[in-house]
Amino acid sequence: MTKVGVVGAGMTLFRRRLQETPKELCYEAAKMALDSAGLTLADVDMVVSGSAPDAFDGVHMKGEYFLDGCGGYRKPYTRVFTGGGTGVFSTIAGWWHVASGLADVVLVVNEEKMSSCQPHPQSVFAHIWDPILDRPLKPNLIWIFAMEMNRYMTVHKVRKEDIALVAVKNKRNAVDHPCAQLADPNITVDDVLNSEVLAWPVQRLDISPPSDGAAAVVLASEDFIRKRRIRDRAWISGVGWAIDSTMWTDRDLYFPEYVARAAKMAYKMAKIDDPRRQIDFAEPYDPFDYKELHHLEGLLLAKKGEAPILTREGVTQRDGKLPVCPSGGLLGVGNPIAATLGMKIGELFWQLTGQAGGRQIPHEVRTGVSQAWGDLMQYGCVVVMKA
Amino acid sequence: MTARISKWPGVELSAADLYEGKVTSVRFRPDAKYAWSAGEAMTRFLEELQAGRLIARTCHKCERILFPPRMFCEECFRPNDEWTYIHDTGTIETFSVSYLDKDAKRITEPILVGVVSIDGASPKMGMMHYFGEMTKDDIHIGMRVKAVWKLPEERRGSVLDIRYFRPLREGEP
Repeated sequence: MTKVGVVGAGMTLFRRRLQETPKELCYEAAKMALDSAGLTLADVDMVVSGSAPDAFDGVHMKGEYFLDGCGGYRKPYTRVFTGGGTGVFSTIAGWWHVASGLADVVLVVNEEKMSSCQPHPQSVFAHIWDPILDRPLKPNLIWIFAMEMNRYMTVHKVRKEDIALVAVKNKRNAVDHPCAQLADPNITVDDVLNSEVLAWPVQRLDISPPSDGAAAVVLASEDFIRKRRIRDRAWISGVGWAIDSTMWTDRDLYFPEYVARAAKMAYKMAKIDDPRRQIDFAEPYDPFDYKELHHLEGLLLAKKGEAPILTREGVTQRDGKLPVCPSGGLLGVGNPIAATLGMKIGELFWQLTGQAGGRQIPHEVRTGVSQAWGDLMQYGCVVVMKA
Repeated sequence: MTARISKWPGVELSAADLYEGKVTSVRFRPDAKYAWSAGEAMTRFLEELQAGRLIARTCHKCERILFPPRMFCEECFRPNDEWTYIHDTGTIETFSVSYLDKDAKRITEPILVGVVSIDGASPKMGMMHYFGEMTKDDIHIGMRVKAVWKLPEERRGSVLDIRYFRPLREGEP
């Protein structure tokens, strides 16, 4: 298998509403990623794009619609979709293009424009539910998070204060992210606990916002990186993904078993047998604050029920022993679903190549893991990267 | 590289920019309607709901009683074996107290909603539904509950033939 490196990354601002079209956003992110790698579109063999449900943009075949913004024009081009997992999964798809030897350079571009959907993208989320079992009950997407969070809190006797610490940490980390939508240097646990109750136990500040934005990364083979003498690169050393059934009322929601399966697959490839010791920092998917904790446990970076304790002890702070979401995550930077690529794979690249600016982890980091999650509480994908 | 970029692309709009026509935009309202045939397992499931019963499918290989029912076992990947009636009682596995409706609009009287694992099905197998005859302060994980059915003539073959699950009373089986 060919060794694959990330050699460039780019992203747009993340905002509740952006003026640019999906195509224009894709172009901006893709061009920035290519420029940062010192490459042009002529160097790119294949293009992978990622985007979540078409209904947000209101354009079916959205991948085809924005492909020229992605640099996919007249090239082998594929759009992938694994719900919220797309933010990391498109890189896995790009990785196999290169690892298989089919391509030397792949451009990966993810886009989401949630503001087009009126009055709120929430109404489109209704379409993800089972039409017979769930939809007659008129579910709101936040319900599933609330139910999962409640189960997690109850099984492990976690206090809401400890979960709120995640929102505080990530929104503060995001202050150093130039694209951030919801950075807040002064936010406190009390602000989170006193914010509007939407669907208990979920409160307003437990949640990441709907956002517009795009992000891109460039992947290249080891040969190409050597021949072109590319200095800023981080190697993809392991990938994994797994999915459970949409029959989500048949499993115990307190632990994301599918994330653990994806993590074990990625760790095996990366020759990691003690993740807690061998992984220096993590970018788990944090659309809600409890999800960071849930996913740290799924990633086997914390024992079941231990993630809130690590958080309380400061282990997951940017200067802690295991920095988690040093980017500011979805909670701080924003959640244009697939474009969260910018904080997941992009941040790993920037951290591992020492380019994260104000967000740079103060001690040396050599191995990072990123993870995304999606579909109906059923999908996890994991990428391990090394300096 | 993030440190090197001085201007990040993207022009932020406010809601007013869009709604008050301060930026050029175009509009479209889809008119999409669907009718789903319920298929083999769900057709029987919905007929039984109309009759006031919950039904599952048993897999003889893994010995699970699968609910909601399906015609094949996803674990054994083979056709499963028989229809099995289960109870209309169960246990609250998790719940939420929702102040949002389906469009994220605020409501003042909260909806109690959650997952009930159904007695007679394999452990943790259940369905999402509403809860009633309890307050947001009474409801808890592990609470024993029973279905409250609509009157037979009001049932339509839908999960809504159950109005909600209420607390199981002392002495009830």
